[in-house]
Amino acid sequence: MPAVALTVNGKPVTGDVDPRTLLVQFLRENLRLTGTHVGCDTSQCGACVVHVDGKAVKACTVFVWQIDGANITTIEGLADPNGPLHPMQEAFREHHGLQCGYCTPGMIMTAVDMVNRKGHDLDDPTIAISAAAPATITS
Amino acid sequence: MNATGIGAAVRRKEDQRFVTGKGHYTDDVNRPGQCHAYFLRSPHAHARIKRIETKAAAAMPGVLAVLTGVELAADKIGNLICGWMITSKDGSQMKMAAHPAIAHGKANYVGDPVAVVVAETLAQAKDAAEKVNVDYELLPALADPAKAQSEGAPQIHEIAARNTIYQWHLGEAKAVEVAFNSAKHVTKLDFINNRLVPNAIEPRAAIGEYDSGSESLTLWNTTQNPHVARLVMSAFVGLAPEHKLRVIAPDVGGGFGSKIFIYPEEVVCLWAARKVGRPVKWVAERSEAFLTDAHGRDHVTHAEMAFDAEGKATALRVKTIANLGAYMSTFSSSVPTYLYGTLLSGQYEIPAIYCEVDAVYTNTVPVDAYRGAGRPEATFVVERLIEVGAREMGIDPADLRKKNFIKNFPHQTPVIMTYDAGDYHASLKKALEVADYGGFGKRKRESARHDKLRGIGFSTYIEACGIAPSQAVGSLGCGVGLWESAEVRVNPTGTVEVLTGCHQHGQGHETTFAQVVSERLGIPLENVSVLHGDTDKVQFGMGTYGSRSGAVGISAIVKALDKIEAKAKKVAAHMLEAAEGDIVFADGKFTVAGTDKSSAWGEVALNAYTAHKFAGQELEPGLKEGAFYDPTNFTFPAGCHICEVEVDPQTGESEIVAWTAVDDFGTVINPMIVEGQVHGGIAQGVGQALLEGAVYDKDGQLVTGSLMDYCMPRAHDLPALKVEMTRTPSPSNPLGIKGCGEAGAIAAPVAVINAITDAIGSEDLAMPATAQAVWQALQKAQDRRKAA
Repeated sequence: MPAVALTVNGKPVTGDVDPRTLLVQFLRENLRLTGTHVGCDTSQCGACVVHVDGKAVKACTVFVWQIDGANITTIEGLADPNGPLHPMQEAFREHHGLQCGYCTPGMIMTAVDMVNRKGHDLDDPTIAISAAAPATITS
Repeated sequence: MNATGIGAAVRRKEDQRFVTGKGHYTDDVNRPGQCHAYFLRSPHAHARIKRIETKAAAAMPGVLAVLTGVELAADKIGNLICGWMITSKDGSQMKMAAHPAIAHGKANYVGDPVAVVVAETLAQAKDAAEKVNVDYELLPALADPAKAQSEGAPQIHEIAARNTIYQWHLGEAKAVEVAFNSAKHVTKLDFINNRLVPNAIEPRAAIGEYDSGSESLTLWNTTQNPHVARLVMSAFVGLAPEHKLRVIAPDVGGGFGSKIFIYPEEVVCLWAARKVGRPVKWVAERSEAFLTDAHGRDHVTHAEMAFDAEGKATALRVKTIANLGAYMSTFSSSVPTYLYGTLLSGQYEIPAIYCEVDAVYTNTVPVDAYRGAGRPEATFVVERLIEVGAREMGIDPADLRKKNFIKNFPHQTPVIMTYDAGDYHASLKKALEVADYGGFGKRKRESARHDKLRGIGFSTYIEACGIAPSQAVGSLGCGVGLWESAEVRVNPTGTVEVLTGCHQHGQGHETTFAQVVSERLGIPLENVSVLHGDTDKVQFGMGTYGSRSGAVGISAIVKALDKIEAKAKKVAAHMLEAAEGDIVFADGKFTVAGTDKSSAWGEVALNAYTAHKFAGQELEPGLKEGAFYDPTNFTFPAGCHICEVEVDPQTGESEIVAWTAVDDFGTVINPMIVEGQVHGGIAQGVGQALLEGAVYDKDGQLVTGSLMDYCMPRAHDLPALKVEMTRTPSPSNPLGIKGCGEAGAIAAPVAVINAITDAIGSEDLAMPATAQAVWQALQKAQDRRKAA
């Protein structure tokens, strides 16, 4: 059972995990952060995207022991729970960017990462292709 | 209209929890003492199960039980059923084969569960499943529906000779034959409506829990219709009496039809929970979703349309083989019959129609309703024939449609339906303007200068939604009524809870249903909660599918609100010391007509509960009313979609460069949400036309079993969509709603294929029209031209 220590949404967390524990399982089952969802378990759909040291990562792609010491942000930590929504959350809500909401946390985390990476270089074609790159399905 | 009432593009109430990760989906639920189920599935499409050795697995760490079809049968757990009885043309009933929740004796498709391991952790259950030893005797498999009825084809179920479930027909064969004999032109097409894997992004999941104290079962389940699930699992599967079984469908991450059906896994979770005395949780992996979620479409069709000298359609003849897979899923029988044959008149006045459908078993996962369910298949038949007919006769496809449109309503088609309202000219006219049809020639020449082939394709579709009235569907074989229920509970402080039998899994009911209440009662949207998805809260309801929640579910709410208003007026009359008939209710205020005496909504609500102003003998305290609403007719959303493509002849790659959708959904509650439904539907329809296709090899192995092999549409596959609306309210429900959930998926596939075939000058193109398929069609067309 490897011991892991991470920072998740600004808080230090530790755990003894089975080596096959995926990051998404650790977040959902150990920490009960259930905002991150599993859509395909084959690293294709993008519903489980979280930020690992500031970069978008599919949380079903990495074992939690691989990222010991990392700084993780999930959808629950994107905005202050007592404050206003993050602008990306607000944009999804304002522009009806979601329906059932299941993949939405992954879409929002991906979108934030795109803005962080591309900034003002983002235009529609870049968004369409970038959205496809971390693989987020449209329907 | 108030700012949050009917017609307002209100931002969705439910989004706050979804954008912050606070939704509660089934997999987010964990029960105290919960253990985990893992299903061992048949790797063979057709195999006799000679023996299953479970001892080694049962001895593995953490294992609580290893169960097979033998134990299921011993516990007398009933079979899953199909709830719509179809009668063949010879008068015989459809041949429904036994469908146990765990295969017993024989596995009939790859993915058929053969054993379940229940263990402390999922990892332990998976490890133990590897120790289960199944001795299979392989049988020849059948995957191709076109070969199912052939002599010598493998026989899947004894009950169904030549794998034929039913041979159904609709319409007048003789009248059609007469019309064809005198036709001036006949258009004939053979095609396959490709098999689709629904792929709701949330995999199916279930948690079964048994309370031995009350001898009751609870199921958390990703279902679109918790009450129907409870009814089937109680009355047919026999897991528990209905009042001892609670089904909770919390937030559900998309359904598209695939979560209507009652599946083996939820039955097993409940059964196993009672056996091991612990809550049992199962969550599908994506690969299990591919192998076990009911697939959609899968028709093999020959169709012919007869035209007279003026281009008027005089008759339509259709013969379809529908693949229903290895077992009959919950509503599978109705999809290629009453949801398909009845829509074959399209938007056109076709005097004679005859449709024959043979439904067959194959060694593939069951096939059932998927967004549109029968109506996309019907639209594909009619709209391909009209388009190809126009090209063959040298008539502009828009003109040929105009010539054949139904103009007067109500209109009785030759295939059961009575269209009650519509204006097909209006939607076509608007679509032609928005799409700049007149400028197409110029754009085509422009594309040609860049060595691209440009094409334009139409789809003037119709669908039938709000599938009802109950009496009518009952006469056609449906095993349930298709009404909807609502309960409106007004609290003493004036806030309102609406309980509905519909279920939302992306549709935004918590907003749209609240908008209707907000407008009617003149109260803020935030003072209204919409509750659904729990059989302990909502008494009964039929769930959400077939674009029914607006037309049927909201109508039930309106009926309940009528009763609330009537009762509140009585309370107000006592408070204002006036005659009940003199009370006027408007803008959230009860006023004595012709005076300035009034009481606000909140005061009346409070007085209904304090009951200080009236005697209990003359008026019951409280303010809570319910209604069951059964529609008087189906609703008929219709519209015109126009797709414009550019094809690269060097690679065969098609790019959709423009899309116009003009839909008539009748009254619209929230245009933002409706537009979102249209977007999603078009994306799924484009997926079917260009990308998606479930492929089984000859041995019944699903070769497209992951998102790497099965291509779903992504953002860059779609252009910016132009979505407009026309409005002819439905006369068949109080608000005039028609429904919008499936329209895009119904309209889109044929619009794409009509556009690509226009571009490449060949009608010989199957879906999905991948770059390879289009390139091959282009080469074949070239070869034909050279030979000629």
